[in-house]
Amino acid sequence: MVNKQNFTPTRTPMPEQPADVRNKNFSEVALGYSKEDAMTEAARCLQCKKPLCQKGCPVEIDIKGFIKHLADGDIPSAYRVIKDTNALPAVCGRVCPQESQCEGACILGKKYEPVAIGRLERFVADTFDSDSACEMITGHTACSLPNEQFKVACIGSGPSSLTVAGYLAARGVPVTVYEALHEVGGVLVYGIPEFRLPKSIVAREVGALWSKGVTFQPNYVGGKTITVEDLFEDGYDAVFIGVGAGLPWFLNIPGENLVGVYSSNEYLTRINLGRAYDFPNHDTPAPKARNVAVIGGGNVAMDAARTALRLGAENVYITYRRTQDEMPARLEELHHAIEEGVQLELLTSPIAINGDENSKVKSMTLQVMELGEPDDSGRRRPVAVEGKTKELEVDMVILAVGTGANPVLLEATPGLDLNKWGYIVTDAETGETSIPNVYAGGDIAGGSATVISAMGAGRRAAKTIADKLGV
Amino acid sequence: MSNKILIKKELIPGQTSMLVLDCPQIAKKAKPGNFVILRIYEKGERIPLTIADTDKETGTITIVYLVVGKSSALLETLKEGDTILDVCGPLGKPTHIEKSGTVICVGGGTGIAAMHHIAKGHHLAGNHVVAIVGARSENMLLFCTELGYFCPELLIATDDGSTGHKGFVTDLLRERLEQDKDVSEVVAIGPVPMMEAVAKVTKPFGVKTTVSLNSIMVDGVGMCGACRCSVGGETKFACVDGPEFDGHEVDFNELRMRLTQYKEEEDLSMQMFRSCNCHGE
Repeated sequence: MVNKQNFTPTRTPMPEQPADVRNKNFSEVALGYSKEDAMTEAARCLQCKKPLCQKGCPVEIDIKGFIKHLADGDIPSAYRVIKDTNALPAVCGRVCPQESQCEGACILGKKYEPVAIGRLERFVADTFDSDSACEMITGHTACSLPNEQFKVACIGSGPSSLTVAGYLAARGVPVTVYEALHEVGGVLVYGIPEFRLPKSIVAREVGALWSKGVTFQPNYVGGKTITVEDLFEDGYDAVFIGVGAGLPWFLNIPGENLVGVYSSNEYLTRINLGRAYDFPNHDTPAPKARNVAVIGGGNVAMDAARTALRLGAENVYITYRRTQDEMPARLEELHHAIEEGVQLELLTSPIAINGDENSKVKSMTLQVMELGEPDDSGRRRPVAVEGKTKELEVDMVILAVGTGANPVLLEATPGLDLNKWGYIVTDAETGETSIPNVYAGGDIAGGSATVISAMGAGRRAAKTIADKLGV
Repeated sequence: MSNKILIKKELIPGQTSMLVLDCPQIAKKAKPGNFVILRIYEKGERIPLTIADTDKETGTITIVYLVVGKSSALLETLKEGDTILDVCGPLGKPTHIEKSGTVICVGGGTGIAAMHHIAKGHHLAGNHVVAIVGARSENMLLFCTELGYFCPELLIATDDGSTGHKGFVTDLLRERLEQDKDVSEVVAIGPVPMMEAVAKVTKPFGVKTTVSLNSIMVDGVGMCGACRCSVGGETKFACVDGPEFDGHEVDFNELRMRLTQYKEEEDLSMQMFRSCNCHGE
């Protein structure tokens, strides 16, 4: 099947900061391909007749198409192909779980290493030098002129809303994006750390949207400062809700309110949004500790653990109730975390956090688990090993056990149908909610998922809105 | 939002000031009990402050702050005409206000300002509002004139006896509750020990008691849980479930200890601010 000369079975390595250097700084870990690296890697693509990778992509990027252009050295065309379906390629190239999406489907992966699609996507997005905001947003040189007879509002400024804004702005529809926090970008700014997704990348995307006539209104809390009803009264034609999940889960175990216990949201928001890693130069303080336990096995747990290392913790443990194989985190993040010195406490489940006489965390009691029969998710269910517990000496505990639906906007929006988990019910095709002309997407509509799935939902909603407006 | 400081009044020189801010969108929505989150400059921290008054006509909100740390010290350096970088709100659940008869509103220190907004709300709902205010000394009392406009009873306690009763607000509260069995609610806003003491006093009388918690917050919209507190054995977020809770159910010890979490960092920030006096630049 693979008959090209010089075919390399392994992918072109990503240049990275060495683990023992990067675990002390907040600069980006992966440094990005050189043009030579990118061309070499692009040449590994088989240009399949029936490309499985495209089906593996939640927004169905014409992957072989962009890689072909890249292999030919035509970066503008490669960029245009990606931008046809993906609004934020510089972001996705960095944070998508490629191993379970495009790269997981790559035929090369059956025998060799799959094409490093994510790294190529990132290379194209980082390298393409656009002449205008329109070109940056769409890849094309011409966008529709602004049509002032329409206006659309987005509540929340994360990946789904940015997608909606970009799609509509390119078609001349004025969009206003309302954001509760003081900085635009949602989870891309408060959640994902600088070392994984530099804020300058997000700022570049947001800047292009500004230039294309998108207005951003920070410090507007949907449901508090402004309601969906207010927006229609103000003459908006459609409202897109992309507020994220945004309600941190706790475990309801004893000791969760001790000093030194944080939700990953608090920990990461302080450090990312508040730049607490730069305290006291920035005013937001970062919690400090010597021995840190992070509970959870997802990307957020990895982010929190790696952040704690960078802030000088001597020991950082990730406690997870299953094994490494079941961890939902992106493979690369897990590898990076281990390389940097994060220690895994697998098959353990916290049952209590213990405090000292000043109510500060001093240890955590863990129930030892083993894997039983597979559960609904297909993963083997962790079951407690009767009577077997262990004590982990820690002075900080970070809970990264997921988020639920934040009710602030939902409670202020009568008539909005929610499912049994409290998320907004939307039409799968159109993204429309139970309220006409109100759309929703991202984590608030589907539960906690990925940046790319939020963008897919944003795109579907934006398309419906554009069709309805006839633009 | 312009967030411009239209009026600044030093209420207690060097310690407590009042700002009237041009925030029409917040003013339009704000109700008694709501708060805002401010960020003063680019490197600033997000800090919650209770709204002490609103004027929908002029589009203004009033905030009162005590200079306790770097952020409030920095806020104190701003003048009329200056702009606050970020003002976000109105946040939190508004005070539950209905016509219920006699309501006693207790305020201590800077908390009097926040209590003023709630007392005003109760007055507008047709309640007989008894205001009990306390401070260390006469010159540290706030909002007495304003409260006097609509409160048929205004009782004052000072630690040094420079005006009103020499002693605590709780002394006056107990006395007032003993005289009148028909008090429908007691609202208390002030330092944690004061609110705790108020809740202790009202408990035997079986009067509904509402306190407003000044927990540490980050986003203020329920995203982070920094402000979690125990109320009746359940964990609540002060920012979205509160900030007002049943004073008889709040775990004040936990609140007190959670409020001191960043003491060391706060002291360091303040020390640096004082020594360089560079206003964070």
